[in-house]
Amino acid sequence: MFYREAGDFKTSYTADSQTFPIKFDRYRYYVVLAVAFGIIPFIINDYWANALLLPFLIYAIAAIGLNILVGYCGQVSLGTGGFMAVGAYACYKLMTAFPDVSMFIHVLLAGGITAIVGVLFGLPSLRIKGFYLAVATLAAQFFLVWLFNRVPWFYNYSASGQINAPERDVFGIIITGPNAPAWATYLFCLIFVTFCAIIARNLTRGTTGRTWMAIRDMDIAAEIIGVNPLKAKLTAFAVSSFFVGIAGALFFAVYLGAVEVGEVFGIQKSFLVLFMVIIGGLGSIFGSFAGAAFLVLLPVVLKVVGVDVLGWPTDIVAHLNLVIVGALIIMFLILEPHGLAQLWRVAKEKLRLWPFPH
Amino acid sequence: MKTKLATLALGALMAAGPALADLVIPSLSYRTGPYAAGGIPFADGYADYFTLLNERDGGIGDVPVNLIECETGYNTEKGVECYESTKGEGALIYQPLSTGITYQLIPKVTADDIPLHTMGYGRTSARNGKVFSHVFNYPANYWDGASGAVNYLLDENGGDLNGKKIALVYHNSAYGKEPIRTLEELSKKHGFELSLLPVDHPGQEQKSQWLQIRREKPDYVLMWGWGVMNQVAIQEAANIRFPMENFIGVWWSGAQHDVLPAGDKANGYKAVTFHAVGDDFPVFEDIKTHVVDTGKAAGAGDQIGTVLYNRGLYSAMLAAEAIKDAQAANGTGDITPGMLRDAMEQLNISEERMAALGMPNFGPTFQVSCDNHGGPGLVGVSQWDAGTKTWNLISDFKPTDGEVIGALVEEDSSAYAAENNVEPRCN
Repeated sequence: MFYREAGDFKTSYTADSQTFPIKFDRYRYYVVLAVAFGIIPFIINDYWANALLLPFLIYAIAAIGLNILVGYCGQVSLGTGGFMAVGAYACYKLMTAFPDVSMFIHVLLAGGITAIVGVLFGLPSLRIKGFYLAVATLAAQFFLVWLFNRVPWFYNYSASGQINAPERDVFGIIITGPNAPAWATYLFCLIFVTFCAIIARNLTRGTTGRTWMAIRDMDIAAEIIGVNPLKAKLTAFAVSSFFVGIAGALFFAVYLGAVEVGEVFGIQKSFLVLFMVIIGGLGSIFGSFAGAAFLVLLPVVLKVVGVDVLGWPTDIVAHLNLVIVGALIIMFLILEPHGLAQLWRVAKEKLRLWPFPH
Repeated sequence: MKTKLATLALGALMAAGPALADLVIPSLSYRTGPYAAGGIPFADGYADYFTLLNERDGGIGDVPVNLIECETGYNTEKGVECYESTKGEGALIYQPLSTGITYQLIPKVTADDIPLHTMGYGRTSARNGKVFSHVFNYPANYWDGASGAVNYLLDENGGDLNGKKIALVYHNSAYGKEPIRTLEELSKKHGFELSLLPVDHPGQEQKSQWLQIRREKPDYVLMWGWGVMNQVAIQEAANIRFPMENFIGVWWSGAQHDVLPAGDKANGYKAVTFHAVGDDFPVFEDIKTHVVDTGKAAGAGDQIGTVLYNRGLYSAMLAAEAIKDAQAANGTGDITPGMLRDAMEQLNISEERMAALGMPNFGPTFQVSCDNHGGPGLVGVSQWDAGTKTWNLISDFKPTDGEVIGALVEEDSSAYAAENNVEPRCN
């Protein structure tokens, strides 16, 4: 009915190649943006910000980052937690060394530093592939966590080895620390999510993204037709790590406020983000959001239903949570290996034909 | 989208929940994960004491206690979620039983004006009330624990530890790293050699650490462990035949479930403590009649009288006493977290008071003040008897090295104050 391209005429190439060529899609996108920027900040409270929206937004950035590497460029990485830690510690060092600089700049610089580290650890990808690369990135994960635990300079020689985000602001509005208002932290993360998603979307539609996908689909063939694997793989590592670093910086500075590297950025974090990418859909920006939402919101929903509504004991609910999330992951992998994004794509196809499917 | 809508609907349901005039006390517990072995008895003791007050006395000052349990799994992210969800219900006091979550909550509770009581854990320098207005860690903290253990060893060795080797096996986290600074100072002062052996989360893998102990042959081993790490360490110590009487754990590494798996080989293992052990107190009879026999015991009800159950009980008792004081001072049953904070700052636990509660000699007597949120820091030593399966106090509660600890507290808290622009109070 509404959802079709028929009658939606384009008169320029720009209009034809825009991100959302179907009118309905485009308006839906504007509505989501309007709600996210124009309505939610006015109704948000601490619980919604800290328990649901901030983790969702931040994990979405991390998932986009990992999706670029795994989904678009085909380089399996288990080092996400370690790269997030680089972002977090870079942000901490910058925040404490230059207290007067705006948080925007700190977070972007933290992303940049992570990109450099990511490129370093991406170098082995030129020689090794597949599972072996996964093992090499696993080494990065453990090495980085060990490094931040071992070298006191990274945590400014504090007694406990923890890093704590001091109070910092953007244009006079407090963004980090306990006095930051919920709407400010939310908007701050939302701006980064929007920025990252738009960049990622446009990168993957352009030359860079196409070379990544060529490498993913068959690296030898890609090399023969003139794709430079060094450039393609290292840019994928750089861009991916940049996003993951931003996610790590926000995770530490805005969301948690205090971080202990082994617990927060351990191997579980790498797997969690990888699950988000797999459940959401490899090679899809929407999938990154869907996967993040799924894995962040589901445990909270289950907890609210089990404990607050049904009144079950907390430990039973926590165990059930593991069972249900695990079962859903298996179900997804069997029934829809391409993730939530594919479900969405199928739904869109059906909508286009509705009400007269052939 | 669907999940979002569902949470929205549920959130609305939650917000429309009952708003009764009762004392809301959140229990950030963990009954799952690698630290559940310690989390379960503590949460049971904590819950049972408030159930007892509700059943026997109709609450505190005739206002019923509403205990909201929230599962954190010893995970800081879930801890934040629990804090935010219980804060909205009017939580009076937080006792998260996790050093990681404590670090997270210190700035938050200060901004939200809710007291945080971290009994024997958390940030040690929070003892300095001049800087940490809303954080309390009476009656003892990690540095007291470290100094207490060293003092005990000094007594054992006739006051001289020169040239002795002491190894610290610790959980490689904020919790495990806390005592290092004190032990380093003490090693300078008393001339013993300190070696550090970190164990990574969750602590099941300790072969290399104990191999190193076997090679270096330290005279004593101290342990800062928690959860599954404790059992593994004691088993490994038994495997390399390290003499158990030279192996001393902090109070989080000295409960029944830590030593039972190693069987008879764990006999003689020691742990420092800041409260009494065993169930030989009148309060346990009340718990039996009012809580256990009525079927209202928390959890499986099989933890009563264990070390960590007692600690949960003690922690709940200190909170309840502070609430009583706050009610008396303000002449109202329905107190705010701010009133409770003020009462905690003047809390006085005397011998008569503990006896009146059916807990005579359960813990040290102490008086909290504005600049000292840490209490006296008296530390005793208990020892495990594998034959009778009991913990026995072998050294009375003694003062710790206030000089060393005081200087370190001052240093660490003033660093925090400088980093976060905290104005010193209590002048």
